[in-house]
Amino acid sequence: MTNNTITRSSTNSSSMSRILPLIMAIMLGVSVLAVAGHAQSPTLHGAAHDTRHATGFPCH
Amino acid sequence: MFSRVVTTALFAGCIAGLLGGLLQLYFVQPVLLHAELYESGTITHFGSDPMAHGSHGDSELDLTRDLLSLGFSMAIYVGYGLILSALMALRLESDQTVSIRQGLVWGLAGFIAVHFAPGFGLPPEVPGVASASLESRQIWWGATVLATVIALWLIAFSKAPIAFGLAVVLLLAPHVIGAPEPDMLMGPVPPEIASHFAARAFGVGMASWAVLGLFSSYFLAIHATDDVD
Repeated sequence: MTNNTITRSSTNSSSMSRILPLIMAIMLGVSVLAVAGHAQSPTLHGAAHDTRHATGFPCH
Repeated sequence: MFSRVVTTALFAGCIAGLLGGLLQLYFVQPVLLHAELYESGTITHFGSDPMAHGSHGDSELDLTRDLLSLGFSMAIYVGYGLILSALMALRLESDQTVSIRQGLVWGLAGFIAVHFAPGFGLPPEVPGVASASLESRQIWWGATVLATVIALWLIAFSKAPIAFGLAVVLLLAPHVIGAPEPDMLMGPVPPEIASHFAARAFGVGMASWAVLGLFSSYFLAIHATDDVD
């Protein structure tokens, strides 16, 4: 079972190694948006307020 | 490919965010500041009961506030740029092309996915309008964006007819379920200002996304030569 898993993952490794960086980039983008667009700390909210309203993020 | 996507997102996101931020300051901010006068109760329109909802500083020219808006606009579009250019790169990995003209269409699709589709249920709000709880709106917003992104991807790239049907279902579902709505409509801001704000926010968002898509495809292409991995 373990051998089977290892064999299968090594055959997929070339496509995984191409897609993994892209998934990391997407996750980085989501993190940036979570902080800039959605996080509700009062300081962050105050600073990002006008842009959040203008870019259609749920605010307040 | 990771560094190529990050570099592309930084350049394209900063350009789109700066341009979008300037358009926002010129076209959206005056409407927002006008609305805040109603929100804070400085002025009222007939029949309304102004609710004190926290002031957001002076309504006059406020340099710090405007610079923060520009900075956050750039941060938000770098964030969107990371996702957009990673998805473009996914197409390049499958030996497809993303020309600059196609990049423009990618950008417009991005606007539909993250701005227009959630805005169909939760229109861009002026400060002071009544709305449902923040958490429920954020969940609905996120789910709507995700469903719309998948739907647009299926429409653009899938060849199976069933995918088109699935896409229509994904496009409709968030709106059939419906966005969280407030229990009471009691916003102190006049509807004329609120609708003007929503229209301006959509217009500026569309322009920013068009620029983001255009420059994302451009920078992905010119960084192709120094891609080592």
